[in-house]
Amino acid sequence: MRRSPGQARRFARAFPLTPAVVLILLFLAGPIAYCVYIAFTDLQLTGQAHSSFVGFDNFRRAFRDSEFLNAVWLTLVFTVLSALVGQNTLGLALAALMKRASKPVRTLTGGVVVTAWVLPEVVAGFLLYAFFRREGTLDAILAWLHLPRQNWLFTLPILAVSFANVWRGTAFSVLVYSAALDEIPAEITEAAEVDGAGGWRRMWHITLPMIRRSIATNLMLNTLQTLSVFGLIWVMTRGGPGNKSQTLPLFMYEQAFQNSMIGYGTAVALLLLLVGSLFSVVYLRLLRTEV
Amino acid sequence: MPRNRTSRRLAADTALLVVAVAFALPLAWVVLSAVDPHANLRVRIPDGLTWDNFHAVLTPDITYTPLLNSLVLCGGGTALTVVCAALAAYPLSRFHSRLNRPFLLAILFATSLPITAIMVPVYALFVRVNLIDTLQGTILFFAASQLPFAIWLMKNFMDGVPKELEEAAWTDGASSLQSLVRIVLPLMGPGLAVVTVFSFVMMWGNFFVPFMLLLTPDQMPASVSINDFFGNRGMVAYGQLAAFSVIYSTPVILLYVLVARRLGGGFALGGAVKG
Repeated sequence: MRRSPGQARRFARAFPLTPAVVLILLFLAGPIAYCVYIAFTDLQLTGQAHSSFVGFDNFRRAFRDSEFLNAVWLTLVFTVLSALVGQNTLGLALAALMKRASKPVRTLTGGVVVTAWVLPEVVAGFLLYAFFRREGTLDAILAWLHLPRQNWLFTLPILAVSFANVWRGTAFSVLVYSAALDEIPAEITEAAEVDGAGGWRRMWHITLPMIRRSIATNLMLNTLQTLSVFGLIWVMTRGGPGNKSQTLPLFMYEQAFQNSMIGYGTAVALLLLLVGSLFSVVYLRLLRTEV
Repeated sequence: MPRNRTSRRLAADTALLVVAVAFALPLAWVVLSAVDPHANLRVRIPDGLTWDNFHAVLTPDITYTPLLNSLVLCGGGTALTVVCAALAAYPLSRFHSRLNRPFLLAILFATSLPITAIMVPVYALFVRVNLIDTLQGTILFFAASQLPFAIWLMKNFMDGVPKELEEAAWTDGASSLQSLVRIVLPLMGPGLAVVTVFSFVMMWGNFFVPFMLLLTPDQMPASVSINDFFGNRGMVAYGQLAAFSVIYSTPVILLYVLVARRLGGGFALGGAVKG
């Protein structure tokens, strides 16, 4: 086939894209397509010579499986507590406070919060394991305050891992909101101040509406990030005790590998991927006006 | 008015300090326990300083091999990511095509997918194509999973390099690859550093990918081998665990400081959040 010079040039120009596109197709798009396929089979780890197509069985089974529903519930609790409420609100509060604080305090707090964020996931897991465990730091503080002591990882594991995720992830929100707050023109806040609006009212009626796009973006990214947390929970509780902190990624792992049911585990993965894609699409819509 | 402002600053400082202390407690544990001869689970001032914990973990088995594995995995993955991302970003940034926008949207979409979810099919696929338990397979997957974000960041940084600078080179007959390597990349040094450091830091801390794709213990990177402090060695030596955590975390913290200094706080977000 003969190409016109224009076509040939376009082809030559797009050529550098090839390595990246090949890698992404082979190792990201490929597995996702394969995921869609094996989610409909009964593929098992042991003696996997044969697997057969089972249609929607894995999905039907999931929605009847009380452990799956438990994992969905815990994922919801984990995401709402740690991402939507914890990271987001604390991040906004810290960013707002940092604007008013003195420089050394701002630098110190920022440094500590960002360090928690940069730390490898597993190390963060260990640090918070030590913090929440019986005989750990929190326990010591409670004893010192004469408050009732608890083994948090045993009695309220989902709460402990949610706090851990807040500890680890808040820095991201702080960075997003610091950037957003810096973009609000000072005259607007000053004008409101002159008109006698107090701190809370200014926050509610001026600041929040002005940064609403950053809020939406941040909520979306926090949610997506939190949906896929595995290492942190794995290190702290292994999803236990029992399955009291077993979110969907851990449930997926357990079904696929401890119970050797790759097909079923993949069906769960596919559901997780679908939820993620949904959030992802909303995120793109939010950016649409800006891209 | 000034008094009001001072008191507000004081209130903000106090609130921030409370949060900073709460966030610092777990960090203090790891630092103090690492040099504490009798480390346990709680934060406390050591009754004597010791380097024994570090001496105990600085062996080929516990520290050197895992760190070397991490370096090979993350170094290889980062190199591959940066090269592919730079090549891919160039046409996206320099030439207009109807396909740019859909491509970039697809990339952005992939950036926010929960990669954790695809690890089970990736495992099944790797078993099938014999890439399981190989460093090169893991490197390839690392690169692929980091690429969407790297391309996105790289493209945004590249947009900041004015096109006029290349046009002279083009008239002199330079190919686009030449102008990318000789003109554009040197001009976007800080951006390149950000993409490199960010990719490296993400891979260095990643637990789930090597945990799934590697099986042989002596191929494990530090993010996975750190688990051994719990399982096999019986009683947990918290001091040693802390010492190892410090050694393992230091490189990424230093890298982050290096890059953050140069570009101001929100470096990782430049492209992702603002679009």
